[in-house]
Amino acid sequence: MTKADVAAVILWIGATLYAVFGGADFGGGFWDLIAGGAERGERPRARIQRSLTPVWEANHVWLIFILVVLWTAFPDAFGAIMSTLYVPLALAALGIVLRGAGFAFRKSIRRLELRRAMGATFAISSVLTPFFMGTVVGAIAAGNVPADGNGDAFSTWIQPLPILTGALFVATGAYLAAVFLVADSRGAGDGEMEGYFARRALAAGLAAGALAVVGLVLLHSEARYAYDRLTAEGLPLVILSALCGLAALALLATGGRRGLRPLAVGAVVAVVWGWGVAQFPYLLPTSLKISQSAAPGPTLDSVLIVFLAAAVVVLPSLGLLYWLTQRQLLDE
Amino acid sequence: MNNLLAARELMAFTLAFHIVLASFGIAFPAIILIANWLGLKRDDADALRLARRWSKAMAVMFAVGAVTGTVLSFEFGLLWPRFMERYGDAFGIAFAIEGIFFFTEAIFLAIYIYGWKRLSPWAHFWSGVPMVITGIGGAFSVVTANAWMNQPQGFTLDAAGRVVETEPFKVLFNPAWGYEVPHMILAGYMVTGFLLASIYAVGTLRGRRDRLHRLGMLIPLTVACIAAPIQIFVGDTAARAVADHQPAKFAGFECVQETGPNQTEYVGGICTDSGVKGAIGIPDLDSYLVGFSSGTVVTGLKQIPADERPPANTLLHLSFDGMVGIGTALLLLGVWLAIVWWRRRDIPGTAWFLRAVAISGAAAVAALWAGWIVTEVGRQPWIVQGQMRTAEAVTRAGGIWFAFAAVVLLYIGLGTGAVLVLRAMSRRWRAEGDGDDAETPYGPAEPIGEASS
Ligand code: HDD
Ligand code: HEM
Ligand code: HEM
Repeated sequence: MTKADVAAVILWIGATLYAVFGGADFGGGFWDLIAGGAERGERPRARIQRSLTPVWEANHVWLIFILVVLWTAFPDAFGAIMSTLYVPLALAALGIVLRGAGFAFRKSIRRLELRRAMGATFAISSVLTPFFMGTVVGAIAAGNVPADGNGDAFSTWIQPLPILTGALFVATGAYLAAVFLVADSRGAGDGEMEGYFARRALAAGLAAGALAVVGLVLLHSEARYAYDRLTAEGLPLVILSALCGLAALALLATGGRRGLRPLAVGAVVAVVWGWGVAQFPYLLPTSLKISQSAAPGPTLDSVLIVFLAAAVVVLPSLGLLYWLTQRQLLDE
Repeated sequence: MNNLLAARELMAFTLAFHIVLASFGIAFPAIILIANWLGLKRDDADALRLARRWSKAMAVMFAVGAVTGTVLSFEFGLLWPRFMERYGDAFGIAFAIEGIFFFTEAIFLAIYIYGWKRLSPWAHFWSGVPMVITGIGGAFSVVTANAWMNQPQGFTLDAAGRVVETEPFKVLFNPAWGYEVPHMILAGYMVTGFLLASIYAVGTLRGRRDRLHRLGMLIPLTVACIAAPIQIFVGDTAARAVADHQPAKFAGFECVQETGPNQTEYVGGICTDSGVKGAIGIPDLDSYLVGFSSGTVVTGLKQIPADERPPANTLLHLSFDGMVGIGTALLLLGVWLAIVWWRRRDIPGTAWFLRAVAISGAAAVAALWAGWIVTEVGRQPWIVQGQMRTAEAVTRAGGIWFAFAAVVLLYIGLGTGAVLVLRAMSRRWRAEGDGDDAETPYGPAEPIGEASS
């Protein structure tokens, strides 16, 4: 493995963690959005808020991590993506601002209408942000970003595959969130909410699975390179993802809970890595290779050192945070 | 060109917004922990109450700081794709390190804010300490990236202008980091300290003369007043370094036209091609400040090629004078406090002192913005000094003015929202004491049945 490949692996680790933690975070907003009227949606919303609150901020630093690693280790790819897909990227950034503001402000506001408006802002942007991020990923996978950038502002991403990827991002986040909320409700001894989110996890899981299948078909017609690799080198990961996903659905349907979270997470992680394998050795299929875009060696070394330092410093801290949250020590 | 202007305005506006919140990210944890420590050591309920309230306010500011910071990360690519493409491999190194600090800060912030009730008091106190370090580390990594833009080094270009070799240590420890980083960290402490003190000074002027207000003013004010003299010393060093390494910037903000010794220092006024109009001139002082002798030769703008001169010299000049003037005034405020404290162990009792403190926060923010205008506008037309012009870096995407208008509206909403939320929190604290912890952003989850959205 070259240094550039190592940097690409680091980038993908960041993407995986963001897909899982950031995705679940957005998914929480999705369930908030469709929880129904103020009265009916009260309990699920309270449950969601309780689960999201302490970890909201940390979940999102993964996005910064991805951006920074991308621009440091692969500046050419970063420039090409940013100068082509600026419309969905700007909309995603807008969503991040609205979501953060809605989330942070809504609890402190007493006036009911204002508070509802804030809650709605949070919920709607929780859906739009991952959708636009998904279109960016879809456009990259489809090979729509030219290596020297400045691709068309709209036709690069307003296409079936990117749009479908956007929908897949939303569905996956909703699925993960519902699975985590099942576990949280169970931990809190709230059987009713446990059932509530289990039904939703099942529905979201089915939707995400169906979208993934349609995605494969579209990949076949729109992104032949990725399709061919995905069905050859990437096949084990596709199978793994399908198996994990089906097993998780079976558990949800039968009321089993043991292993639910690892299975659901496994299904998502396998998709992220399947995408990586499908693109390899390209960062922008099929115009820019990882090796062509990579920064000079010492910069890649620093990215690796920073990553290792982060693993030593951040992971234990993050573990402490999740542990304290699980032990309900951070509930006040 | 038009695109360039729009992109610059957008960058400047979003940075100016973020930097105020970032200042709180740098300095607020330390000020809160001082109150927390005093509260625990002296069993002082008021100090603890302050620490607790401030930590809730910090939660709101941190959230806004995080989203506006994320926007900045996007903007680097969206507005300046050519810059990132060419120099991301050098410039990015500092930002990669920043990630660790922000991550750690976000984690311990959550632990500290939610840990008030269930963690043991000292464990809780110590859970806040990492934030002080990460605030400083985060400031180092971002500002050293900016320092590198001012004095780039540690990279080699090939014939096509691509970076082919990097030396990360040289990038990180470029010649400008040594003054820019401490200057910004001190600015963070001054902005946070004076702004907090301002709030309590206004409260005191409105007749709330309880111990909580006294302490709430005294702790942050002391911190800020200690930072002020050091800040002037660092700023002075910075000015001399800029005269050395970025003569165009220095000539721009001092409005020096002709190269030569015995330069007059002008205070205020308008900068024109034929020198400063309407200013107070102090003969020889400018040369003296640069080289400790009136014979020091200072480069004038006329010696710099016309297409490498910074624009808007009056803006630069007044920004610089504004920063120095405010820095000096805040130093005097600190001297006033120190003298009265030394003689009477008390805060000066006159309303004039309170009024001065009441405006000190806004003044510190003004100095912060002025300093960044000097640094950034003074570097123009370069985005990377001597290496890449801002015009080469800018995106070709359309609609930047539209984005700018949208962002201004969005940020007005964001700023208003944050202020309203903070004011509502403070009003509630006054009305209800500290009984209502359920009402802060990250505060404890609401009792079921009360939630709605
Ligand atoms: C509370 C805020 C504050 C105060 C009171 C001062 N400054 Fe400052 N100054 C800043 C806040 C600031 C800053 C944080 O906004 C800048 C922008 C870039 C930087 O490193 O710090 C800055 C930049 C900056 C620069 C440009 C550095 C560069 O371009 O690389 C100079 C020459 C000075 N300052 C000099 C001074 C002097 C002589 C002061 C004496 C009173 C002073 N500053 C007070
Ligand atoms: C002198 C300039 C800057 C300083 C000192 C600074 C400092 C900080 C600090 C201390 C925080 C912590 C959040 C808080 O407490 O409010 C923060 C947040 C952030 N800043 Fe800045 N910043 C600066 C400019 C920038 C720039 C130019 C970028 C763009 C890349 C940026 C990106 C971010 C990001 C992404 C966050 C959110 C991180 C999180 O969630 O913790 N900052 N900044
Ligand atoms: C945080 C306080 C800061 C403020 C208020 C600020 C202010 C500004 C201003 C006024 C401009 C526009 C220049 C012009 O119109 O002539 C600008 C541009 C820019 N600044 Fe800063 N700046 C800050 C910090 C930083 C930092 C920390 C970085 C990077 C690490 C940075 C990077 C840039 C870039 C990339 C541009 C665009 C190119 C340019 O016009 O130079 N700035 N900033």
